[in-house]
Amino acid sequence: MPSISYYQGRSALQNVQEALQAAKKYDKYHALLHLTEKRALERAAQVDNGAISGRLAGVPFVVKDNYLALDGATTAASRMLEDFETPLQATVIERLEQEGAICIGKTNLDSFAHGSSTENSAFGLTKNAIDPTKVAGGSSGGSAVAVALGIVPFALGTDTGGSIRQPASFNGVVGVKPTYGMSSRFGVVAMASSTDVMGCFALNGKDAELVTEIMAGNDPKDMTSLPDYFKPLEDVSSIGSLKIGMIGDFMTEDTDSGVRERVTEYVDSLKMAGHSVSTVKLPMAKYSLAMYYIIVPAEIASNLARYDGVRYGSRAKDTTTLDELYGLSRDRGFVAESKRRILIGNYVLSSGYFDAYYQKAQQARQLLIDEFDALFAEFDVLLSPVVPTTAFGIGENTDDPVKMYLSDAMTVGVSLAGLPALSVPAGNANGMPVGVQLIGQRKSDAVLFALAKSMEATDD
Amino acid sequence: MTAWKMTIGIECHVQLATKTKLFSPANNDARDQEPNSVVHPIDYGLPGMLPILNREAVTLAVRAAKALNAKVAEISRFDRKHYFYPDLPMGYQITQMYQPTIGAGFIDVPLLSGELMKVRIHHAHIESDAGKQTHYNDYTLVDLNRAGTPLIEIVSEADMHSPSEARAYCSELYRLMTYAGVTHGDLYHGNMRFDVNISVAPEDSNVLGKRAEVKNLNSFRSVEKAAEYEYRRQVELLEKGEAVVQETRGWDDAKQKTISQRSKEDAQDYRYMPDADIPPILLTQEEIEVIQSKVGMLPQDYRQIFTTLSIDDSVVTTLLSSQEHAHAVYEVHKNKPEFASRVANWFASVFKGVDDNSADFASAVTPKSTDLIALAKMTADSKLSSTAAKEVFLALVAGETDSEAIAVSRNLLQVSDESAIIAIVDEVLADPASQQSVLDIKAGNEKAIGFLVGQIMKKSQGKANPSMAQKLLRERLGL
Repeated sequence: MPSISYYQGRSALQNVQEALQAAKKYDKYHALLHLTEKRALERAAQVDNGAISGRLAGVPFVVKDNYLALDGATTAASRMLEDFETPLQATVIERLEQEGAICIGKTNLDSFAHGSSTENSAFGLTKNAIDPTKVAGGSSGGSAVAVALGIVPFALGTDTGGSIRQPASFNGVVGVKPTYGMSSRFGVVAMASSTDVMGCFALNGKDAELVTEIMAGNDPKDMTSLPDYFKPLEDVSSIGSLKIGMIGDFMTEDTDSGVRERVTEYVDSLKMAGHSVSTVKLPMAKYSLAMYYIIVPAEIASNLARYDGVRYGSRAKDTTTLDELYGLSRDRGFVAESKRRILIGNYVLSSGYFDAYYQKAQQARQLLIDEFDALFAEFDVLLSPVVPTTAFGIGENTDDPVKMYLSDAMTVGVSLAGLPALSVPAGNANGMPVGVQLIGQRKSDAVLFALAKSMEATDD
Repeated sequence: MTAWKMTIGIECHVQLATKTKLFSPANNDARDQEPNSVVHPIDYGLPGMLPILNREAVTLAVRAAKALNAKVAEISRFDRKHYFYPDLPMGYQITQMYQPTIGAGFIDVPLLSGELMKVRIHHAHIESDAGKQTHYNDYTLVDLNRAGTPLIEIVSEADMHSPSEARAYCSELYRLMTYAGVTHGDLYHGNMRFDVNISVAPEDSNVLGKRAEVKNLNSFRSVEKAAEYEYRRQVELLEKGEAVVQETRGWDDAKQKTISQRSKEDAQDYRYMPDADIPPILLTQEEIEVIQSKVGMLPQDYRQIFTTLSIDDSVVTTLLSSQEHAHAVYEVHKNKPEFASRVANWFASVFKGVDDNSADFASAVTPKSTDLIALAKMTADSKLSSTAAKEVFLALVAGETDSEAIAVSRNLLQVSDESAIIAIVDEVLADPASQQSVLDIKAGNEKAIGFLVGQIMKKSQGKANPSMAQKLLRERLGL
């Protein structure tokens, strides 16, 4: 599978044409919702004539369709934004473009990023890159599959509770969930403001690190973006011998035995590489899914309130009252899972329930953060599986939302605490990829990349 | 007959005088702009947009806190208040529900009686305004120019007990907010809007009655009138043995009555939640002090000085309705205290105050204190008659400068040259029409002198110094 270095120093036009061809060839996976062919070809010509240069000059990539991007609609895989064209682009896309990268298309997702399989897209599901009878994972399923199929060497996703890490794990690629606030949220359709992060998929740690470095940095258009801090470690060996804690709560019998075996093997190779690994406890972890599915729906209900059919997006026709305009526009514009989350969110925020649900969940969230902080006082890195299982079959969990939510059990806590995490491939179980989650203290992203890169080297 | 007591609490929205909106770089001054022309993608809620807090609004809130004798929170936060409305682009208003920037305080409100009434401030919070809707027969237009305008909402305790107290509170609040530079105070354009909560209970009751809230009043007079109307309406209901419904009412200025808008039963559940897009506002005591040290003199500071002058309370009130006017008189007082009363009276006679929501101040210029002092001196030196002085003052207010040049160019200076006046006195005495008066005066009726002085003034086209004319007339008549 060609990584970023393959594309560098070649004709940008050739790169883009190859990527567009590959995208068409793998059409049946439905990783992409639409191609941004016109703009991609224009930019390729500009790279080739020297008007645009940079560290990613001529390198094609794809973007989850909840990022505002030019050339075509930004749909968030929803009927609501089916025809929505943006006047401006997300900050992180602008940064990648400044380095010469070329966006060739927009990828599929669970509508408004609500889901864990990309089966909730209003425009049809995406199939797993390894086994098309399995789900892609989600919500950034299209981006993970596009990279796993080799259409492009990297892709952008968003991670609110695992939406990059889980599909990375299901498709055997590297997924990056940076520290909350490291990269700008400006220009990305908001899901949950307190946990949304912009990250990427790539084929290896080195590529993921380069793309992350370009995406990272303070943005005056996002008040929650942190001051610049991310800088890759020049010498991977400078991390020395790390103290690593394996989260025991995620290695119980609830986790697929094949997944546990691969994680254990990864731990063994870490020890071989001179790191120490011991099992740690994270007692609040078992409540993280409950907290997540209170706090995040509350933020979703709020962030989706703007989609009312008045100013942009889908607007119901032939309505006679304002309530009808709102109700019918939103009924048509949102998929069932979005409606479920809006209802839960409004319920937990409503007068009389706010203290019992939302407030309580926020208090529990603080306890979870305290537990993580206590562990990071002792350990450099924490480790766990990304998902309790490998990719499940298409349609297998669609009738049981709670079962679907369980696939996020190991990732949502990290999101609630704002920690950086990588999902790195760790071999296969039952023929399907398994991912290991490397978790760091806030702002320790660089250590995670160095560790992942060093382990890729020893893998060979 | 039961004696009734009314209780009033007021929420006041003050539009902050920032250059840009609370969370976007769009111009905050949307007056006379095309609809939807000063709207940034943040204001209309484009997907992916995030609010960027305008620190100038925080600075103005900290200034307001000083005028309200209120504590400023070192940590304050923004929350979202949700409801669906076409003029609310994001489906929520950004406000401060849980940790407002301005805490409890109080203001001392001067009453007509001359007494001060203390009104406690519960808190004041920063929030963004919504847009505006205009309804037509079968459609509605939305204008988002005002969407995102920064406001502070000042919430009083229910410390007022009459319509005139309510009015006095509102006008003192207006003075405090304009003097502290918090708002432009353009009432005509809704820079200050009042929601008045009114309840009535038996005089001896410890429990407040059910309240009605009259929303969106934009003049002091309408606050007073709405409170008067509500008192009558509620007392009438109670005396008939009926209940007052807790509800929101509007004020119909043409009909001078309040009208029911919605009852508590239809009240929205706003589903307040912290806004995770905006980090907390952090202010140190040092920062607060630096900001507040720049607040200039407040109404009470001027009032203290003006009460030492021999001028009517009504003159003081009119003067204080404009900080610039008050300050002009203050400057005169500082340099030439003997002229301060005279200048104060000029201001009072020209400006009725802003109580009537009039545009009186719109084009008026506040004269420089040097011009005012020069004008007062010319008057004191009898170079100008009081009528002429008023004319010069009006010219200054209209934007002209240099009092003396104005007096000269308009030919207003009095003639105090004896020989010139004697010539006119002789002319008047020679006039047959004056003979009856001369006879009357000689018969001891001194009142007739006034008539002759009047004739002299007329002949001199008002420019003769009247006291000198009288003195010379008396001499000629041998009195």
